Amino acid sequence: MTDVLDAGANREADEVPATTRADWSSDQEVRWCPGCGDYSILTAMQLLLPELKARREKTVFISGIGCAARFPYYMNTYGVHTIHGRAPAVATGLAMARPDLDVWVIGGDGDMLSIGGNHLIHALRRNINLNILLFNNQIYGLTKGQFSPTSQKGKVTKSSPVGLVARPFNPISVALGAEATFVARTHDMDRQHMQDTFRRAYEHEGSAFVEVLQNCNVFNDGVFSTITKKDVRDDMLIELNHGQPILFGSEKQYGVALAPEGVVIVDVAKLGIENVMVHDETIRNPSTAFSLSRIAKTPATPTPIGVFRAIDRDEFSSSVAAQIQEVQAQLGKGDLGDLLRSQPTWEV
Amino acid sequence: MTDTVDAGPAAEAPAVDEVIIRFAGDSGDGMQLTGDRFTTASAMFGNDLATLPEYPAEIRAPAGTMAGVSAFQVHISDHDITTPGDAPDVLVAMNPAALKSDLHTLVPGGTIILNRDTFEERNLAKAGYDHNPIDGDDLAGYQVIEVPMTTLTKDACKELGVKPRDADRSKNFFALGLLSWMYSRPIEATLDWIEVKFADRELVAAANRAAFNAGHAYGETAELGSQRVVVRKAPLEPGTYTNINGNTALSWGLVAASQLSGLPLFLGSYPITPATDILHELSKHKEFGVTTFQAEDEIAAVGAAIGASYGGSLGVTTTSGPGVALKGEAMGLAVSLELPLVVVDIQRGGPSTGLPTKTEAADLMMAMYGRHGESPVPILAARTPADCFNMAIEAARIALTHQTPVILLSDGYLANGSEPWRLPEVADLASIDVVHATEFNQTNEDGEGVFWPYLRDENLNRPLALPGTPDLMHRIGGIEKEDGTGNVSYSAENHELMVHLRHKRIASIPVPDAEVDGDADADLLIVGWGSTWGAITGAVRRIRTAGRKVAHVHLTHLNPLPANLGDLLRSYRRVMVPEMNLGQLSRILRAEFLVDAEVLSKVKGQPFTAGEIQHAINQRLDELAGEGS
Repeated sequence: MTDVLDAGANREADEVPATTRADWSSDQEVRWCPGCGDYSILTAMQLLLPELKARREKTVFISGIGCAARFPYYMNTYGVHTIHGRAPAVATGLAMARPDLDVWVIGGDGDMLSIGGNHLIHALRRNINLNILLFNNQIYGLTKGQFSPTSQKGKVTKSSPVGLVARPFNPISVALGAEATFVARTHDMDRQHMQDTFRRAYEHEGSAFVEVLQNCNVFNDGVFSTITKKDVRDDMLIELNHGQPILFGSEKQYGVALAPEGVVIVDVAKLGIENVMVHDETIRNPSTAFSLSRIAKTPATPTPIGVFRAIDRDEFSSSVAAQIQEVQAQLGKGDLGDLLRSQPTWEV
Repeated sequence: MTDTVDAGPAAEAPAVDEVIIRFAGDSGDGMQLTGDRFTTASAMFGNDLATLPEYPAEIRAPAGTMAGVSAFQVHISDHDITTPGDAPDVLVAMNPAALKSDLHTLVPGGTIILNRDTFEERNLAKAGYDHNPIDGDDLAGYQVIEVPMTTLTKDACKELGVKPRDADRSKNFFALGLLSWMYSRPIEATLDWIEVKFADRELVAAANRAAFNAGHAYGETAELGSQRVVVRKAPLEPGTYTNINGNTALSWGLVAASQLSGLPLFLGSYPITPATDILHELSKHKEFGVTTFQAEDEIAAVGAAIGASYGGSLGVTTTSGPGVALKGEAMGLAVSLELPLVVVDIQRGGPSTGLPTKTEAADLMMAMYGRHGESPVPILAARTPADCFNMAIEAARIALTHQTPVILLSDGYLANGSEPWRLPEVADLASIDVVHATEFNQTNEDGEGVFWPYLRDENLNRPLALPGTPDLMHRIGGIEKEDGTGNVSYSAENHELMVHLRHKRIASIPVPDAEVDGDADADLLIVGWGSTWGAITGAVRRIRTAGRKVAHVHLTHLNPLPANLGDLLRSYRRVMVPEMNLGQLSRILRAEFLVDAEVLSKVKGQPFTAGEIQHAINQRLDELAGEGS
């Protein structure tokens, strides 16, 4: 076994050298369209990782296919640009084999919710130590403008010229349906919020799922502008903060309350602040968080951002490793000669 | 029958040199277990042997019907054998359906041992008989031994307090006891096995023991003495032996490869017949640090194996043909990433779901060409159950030392069939030397050290720097990359260079020369691959014993092919390729070497018998003799 495979355990002990954004930027020219929301996500990440005192050699970005999936090429870390939809699967094998690494998974809405939907929900179900960022722009960009599984019903695209027939997935609802232990949403117009959210994902043990609302200025321009633009944000984004009443609006005049039919938006003055829901991201039953995820029916109505859910649950790869260690503690390390003689044998 | 030996108390049984027995019954009758115990007893007695388990795809097809017949054929001998036999000498038929379905396999004049109790109206009807074959002429020309096995088993269990319904389930042990007596098998191993297997179910153990003893005693009391024979020990090479099936051998080979390379074994797999037993077996061996990952689907299984391999594990995925089809894109990624990966294909009848529990070897073209783009991978094929151990190590060795996915082909026949295996000495197994990059390998224009992930060595292999290695951070991906730097490149010239490099580095992997078994000066060369080795070898031995000349080359490495193969093929007048497909290797040989290789095809879900190949060879030799030289 090489030194690298043995070295993982010492990570905490060693001093982490200070780094800057430049240290985390690769020498490759960034090739997203000018004005793409992906740029600000990349910047947020490159600014955050030095703050986290992360190690570049211990950081791996795994991506699938799509515009978002080019992300690893621009990070001066280890990285693999895999195939369409399969990033969570490849990352799962890596995280199981190498628990010492910080593994980030990057993909778009088509990559992770269409062709790779199965891998996403199973990674979330297992609660394996991955930070999964889904850049949701509600369109297929790299293939030049077909509807995606998050495109709104009625959407006119090249592959739905008279309007999209099917209803979209809500990525947060999907993740909560898979009982992900960490589920959050942020958007590409607010670097600080992105950094705060990515930091929480990084610190979470287990699968951390973050939906990043991201503008595709070429094929779906402004799809989130009704909620994320600076001048509308206060009224249209509902910031979730653990332990705080869920309020929004320029005067915090709106709130969220639990009604018999689920979570609803209320006028605080009418209902009274004492009846506004206090956000608790640690509720084990995912139903409350799910209810919150259903407030926004379209990107044109008030939409919650922040951490919907963050609970502790056994992490998959360490549980798998623990089984191996238990067996080895019990039986000792395997001996090949003994294995070959483990069935009935006879001498000639 | 030449002489007699002392083969048990008060028994002077004549010796025969070999016997082929076929146990056949309903899926619920425990025929696989019965065959397996008979095989183990024979192996420990010292016979050479080969087995052919055959069972339906349904776990419990309707009881008593032809669809539900499960059979186990075992060939035991006092000399070296290579197949489970052409036609059984003895058919054990536990019900009418088993008789109806398997009677045609029996040699003329062979022995039928049947469970008389089941030959009644209801079971006869289920098997589609409009009469009782015991009473008609159906069995004329055979020796028929009718035994009321169900009744005798229930009688034997009566005093134990076993319910008749439960006692009925022990009748396979009655059959095993009777056959053990007829072939003078040692009985201790079977009785010990019952003890251990049913340790926590004393009543079941007692019933099985009583049924076994009753069957054993029946031979004596029913005066079947004239039927009793012994098959003496085979002169096997000295050593320690175990009876091994292909899937177990393959699993152990993967564990061995992990030990020999010092890399942890990571198996990503999804349940599929007939490969699942490898997942089962490896899941049991956590003491070797083996990680098994039952993925959500075939694609995730190979994806995870690629991820683990990238992290420095020995990444393996095991499946059957339909799974290989699903993994194709990910295998192409591993080709492009130039990462080690072992893909094991336990072939079965296709296309689509096909014959999941039956054997076929029709995935060679898929292994060779079943990915988009020019996507070459080394391909290996195991030839016997025990050989699966060696080939698993060889597949891992090529994958790890040449940084490439490798496809290892086995099939349902090898997977479930078993043979005695002389255990290798662990110390004799060659280590697999894996080198990971830890330092810069290039200098940039500013004179600083940099790491180029696609800078090639003399064998055209690239360096692997594992994540976690300080300073060597780099990005790889499925997009075409520039040779050397590994940076994304759409350059036409670079793509052509990379296509050629990927082809050349696989084509130049050294593989052992093909060796000729038989007569170098024969007119006819038989070329085989995979599990046809046993049947071809058996056929070639018979033909040469009869005084005719024939040669045999068996390919274990199918890509690249042995360097001497072209010259070998061209040095014979005719080349015949027996294959369990419509001619996939023969087509490759024709394309590669412009030789008129003819296929001998069989696609019946069953392996070739030596007799079938012997017949085809004799026909061809007759024609060649007629043509003159």
